[in-house]
Amino acid sequence: MILIQLFFEFFKVGLFSIGGGLATLPFLYDMSSRLGWFTTGDVANMIAIAESTPGAIGINMSTYAGYQVAGILGGIVATLGLAAPCIIIILIIARLLTKFKDSKLVQNMFFGLRPASLAMIVSAGIGVVKIALVNIPLFQSSGQILDLLILPALVLAAVLYMISKKTKCSPILLIALSAVVGIVLQLGGA
Amino acid sequence: MKELFELYITFAKIGSITFGGGYAMLPILQRELVEKRHWETDEDLMDYFAIGQCTPGIISLNVSTFVGNKRKGILGGIVSSIGFVTVPILLILVISMFLKNFADYAIVKNAFAGIRVCVCVLILDAVERLWKKSILNIRSFTIFAGALLLTLFDVLPLYMIVLLSAVAGILISQLKAKEVAK
Repeated sequence: MILIQLFFEFFKVGLFSIGGGLATLPFLYDMSSRLGWFTTGDVANMIAIAESTPGAIGINMSTYAGYQVAGILGGIVATLGLAAPCIIIILIIARLLTKFKDSKLVQNMFFGLRPASLAMIVSAGIGVVKIALVNIPLFQSSGQILDLLILPALVLAAVLYMISKKTKCSPILLIALSAVVGIVLQLGGA
Repeated sequence: MKELFELYITFAKIGSITFGGGYAMLPILQRELVEKRHWETDEDLMDYFAIGQCTPGIISLNVSTFVGNKRKGILGGIVSSIGFVTVPILLILVISMFLKNFADYAIVKNAFAGIRVCVCVLILDAVERLWKKSILNIRSFTIFAGALLLTLFDVLPLYMIVLLSAVAGILISQLKAKEVAK
């Protein structure tokens, strides 16, 4: 039955993709060539949609892929299949951690993990800056330093930063505001 | 039951405003879980992300499960994760049914160019805050700098970098203990 197969195919993706959303990509390409459930063009379309909707990319892609294969129920089943191994493994690790949290070894381990965690957040931040605030392809083709900076985006970033420091307003409000500004200023160039 | 419902609603809300996956979720978690509800500390969140990076599966789901499990055990972990995926599933289903070329609409492209700017600011905000909590001395700064360089130059998969940092944390702490003993 297709739903059971969907669940287990995505269960495998959830179990073997380490390190977040885009790590699921190779598995999806494999699925498309092995099972023919969707084409590689569909995968590219999925990435575009997943990046323009809220939620983790991996989750969005499993819903989209499941829907292509078996409709609404397929979308739900595929997503649950993807989520199941993450939930099970973390429940086990959480048990172990509470048991060993007073051990010196575990504490020293976290002494190393926290700065590494911060490093990955910084690197994710740099990744977004590269597409949101600067235009590297334009700079490379023109060589003009002014072409590197997307001025309206930088001004928006400065304003958002000041609002968030001064008012401590909710991130939801900031996100909504920036979407509106993006539309009004046609920030996406569309 | 009331607390499970609260977990579900909280994570449904977080899931509906997390754009761009894993780390973009962090500033929203800080606001909702640390500041508003006092369920977690900044340090807890950093630990969950580090573990999520080297365990299988989607990082944001790993974090949701951790938080839910801490509040209400196994059921709490499951309820939080299901809460987190609810809105994204509904949205993607609607888009797949009615708006096949959703990502090509001008209004969507422009709105998301704006939202990406906001995500930069939110992440910067989170980094400023976490810096004070995780970079305590020259030893933790060294681990931070090493991990950042390895990440930026893309020489190792991320989970390997996390594992190396855990080992470095253990070794450095032991060296320090020996120095103190002398």
